[in-house]
Amino acid sequence: MAEIMYWEAIRRAHDEEMARDPLVICMGEDIGIAGGTYKATQGLYDKYGPERVIDTPISENSYTGLGIGASFVGVRPIIEIMSVNFAWLATDQIVNSAAKVRYMSGGQLEAPVVIRSPGGTAHQLGAQHSARMEKVFMGIAGLRVVTPSNPRQAYGLIKSAVRCNDPVFINEHELMYNMKGEVPDEEYFHPLEGSEVARKGRDITLFGYNVSVHWCLQAAETLAKKHGIDCEVVDLYALNPLDRVGIRESVSKTHRALIAEEAEPAVGVGAEVMALINEECFFELDAPPVRVSAANVPIPYNHGLEKAAIPNAGAVVQAVLKIVGKV
Amino acid sequence: MNAADKKRLLREMLFARRFEERCYEAYVERKIGGFLHLYPGEEACVHGVMEAARPGVDYVITGYRDHVHALKCGADPKAVMAELYGKESGSSKGRGGSMHIFDVKHRFMGGYALVGGPFPLAVGMAKGIKLKGGDEISICFLGDAANNQGTFHESMNMAAIWELPVLFVTENNLYGIGTRIDRSTAVQDQYKRTCGYNIPSAQADGQDIDQVYEAAKIAVDHVRSGQGPYMLELMTYRYRGHSMSDSNAYRSKDEEQMWGKRDPITILRNRLIEAGEMTDIDYQQLDKEIIESIERDIIAFCEASAEPDVAELERYVLAENDPWVKGGVA
Ligand SMILES: Cc1ncc(C[n+]2csc(CCOP(=O)(O)OP(=O)(O)O)c2C)c(N)n1
Repeated sequence: MAEIMYWEAIRRAHDEEMARDPLVICMGEDIGIAGGTYKATQGLYDKYGPERVIDTPISENSYTGLGIGASFVGVRPIIEIMSVNFAWLATDQIVNSAAKVRYMSGGQLEAPVVIRSPGGTAHQLGAQHSARMEKVFMGIAGLRVVTPSNPRQAYGLIKSAVRCNDPVFINEHELMYNMKGEVPDEEYFHPLEGSEVARKGRDITLFGYNVSVHWCLQAAETLAKKHGIDCEVVDLYALNPLDRVGIRESVSKTHRALIAEEAEPAVGVGAEVMALINEECFFELDAPPVRVSAANVPIPYNHGLEKAAIPNAGAVVQAVLKIVGKV
Repeated sequence: MNAADKKRLLREMLFARRFEERCYEAYVERKIGGFLHLYPGEEACVHGVMEAARPGVDYVITGYRDHVHALKCGADPKAVMAELYGKESGSSKGRGGSMHIFDVKHRFMGGYALVGGPFPLAVGMAKGIKLKGGDEISICFLGDAANNQGTFHESMNMAAIWELPVLFVTENNLYGIGTRIDRSTAVQDQYKRTCGYNIPSAQADGQDIDQVYEAAKIAVDHVRSGQGPYMLELMTYRYRGHSMSDSNAYRSKDEEQMWGKRDPITILRNRLIEAGEMTDIDYQQLDKEIIESIERDIIAFCEASAEPDVAELERYVLAENDPWVKGGVA
């Protein structure tokens, strides 16, 4: 198994799927000749040509709709939206066309598109470049939402998403493109539903997705070493649908839960996971579930303020200590 | 078009007219719910254009005023009416309703309720056609007010730079709900608006099917021959309000009467009678047959059809048994 970077894993998935099926195309701003802002499509333009690796104009709603329309007639587009902040412009087509078309046509028409976009707060990009949209999209019936936390997932999720007949939104992260991790050498398809136990533990479950999985893993290390608390970390790589069974199983084992999310708390991933825990295993709980979320602010530019707005491993540690009554 | 074609078109247009008048009644009887946007007055548009194209083969997409477009593409009128009734036998299994008629088998790729939404979808279908190498074309029927959406411009631009086989048909009925075009649109001749994208275009009388057909032939030939997109503007008028909830009080009686004299069905009928191809009695007979058949075949079917099973509420949200959901394991 080779160690490769997150962006390389994404690139490999594109390349393999495009080599396999001439109707797999990719499209987005700067993805062709420039090879993609995060290198996700590097070299593909030379290999597959401008008809299949399409540099689009800056027209997010319409090029996303164009990809959706192409999928109506059998094309399998992978649409890159340079940043989820611009995906707000495309929400009309993603929600009103892609997510609803199967249902409103009574199962006649489907939109097998993949929409990839990095979200999250990076380094001082300011409010209009720090959006986190996963909580918006995970609430849309008919749209699958997955969010890879490592290169293996990034590679396998794209491969499955391209072949799946539903529209899939893949939430990536600006800060993760250079992260290294093991990816199988042979072809690998990651399930689009479910969750993964990233670390086994007894005392509390820390739920994370994408970048917050890493906060949880880091926190779990600290908590084990310094406080003797054994955390289980569950990676919710699929946000729609959420893994009810996996969430129940882990909470039934540890009896305590914390959800770490990168966005504001209201109407968010944490809120949804807490509601699920409430529905599925309320009587298993030894303590109320807790959220570790961003501050309720547009993300500030100032470095110190930005840091204060977004949670981290330290915030997870503090919250866990509170839950188990150690502070 | 020969006389036989014209007679068939007269029948199709009259059928569409009576079909929609029956929709109106069914709505008043509360058999049909939601919004209902009717097409009477505009029938020559879709019939003339699709006569020059290939119904059931070329891809067609439109907005919410979509019943007649579906019929012309080949949709079963029973299924279309049943969809309006919200029945399981409806073309979208009762999940879509009036604004979301689909008949993918006949390449009627749907009616969409968001104004301007279909533009990029149409361009995308054209991209798919080009990639797959077929000689089908993608045809997008939308109203004049839709052209003020950003998607119009973004889509025109992309269709032009990639020379995609897409025909935009603007059915210019002069109104977006109750707002007349001169109050919403800087350039009222819609066909002029595509010059900013180097897309050829033309304007034609949307009430005269012969003229629609002639203009559409040029448009369709252009697109099908690989020369890229084209826009055809058809000047037309809807007789009824925008939807059933529209009192239609914003239009003058004079204006309505003027357009009433230019009825597309009357124009074609008179032309056929003058040419000695049919008599007024033939026409009356045809009309009577159509009205009876709608009642006997279509309404009866809808009344007898079952409601969707509530246990299937969550069906059609996601693909069923898609192996890739489980990582490729069936
Ligand atoms: C995005 C969006 N905005 C507003 C509406 C409400 N609306 C429905 S139809 C319509 C007028 C559209 O007129 P036009 O495109 O000329 O088509 P016509 O109804 O005349 O056939 C409006 C404003 C909508 N459905 N979608």
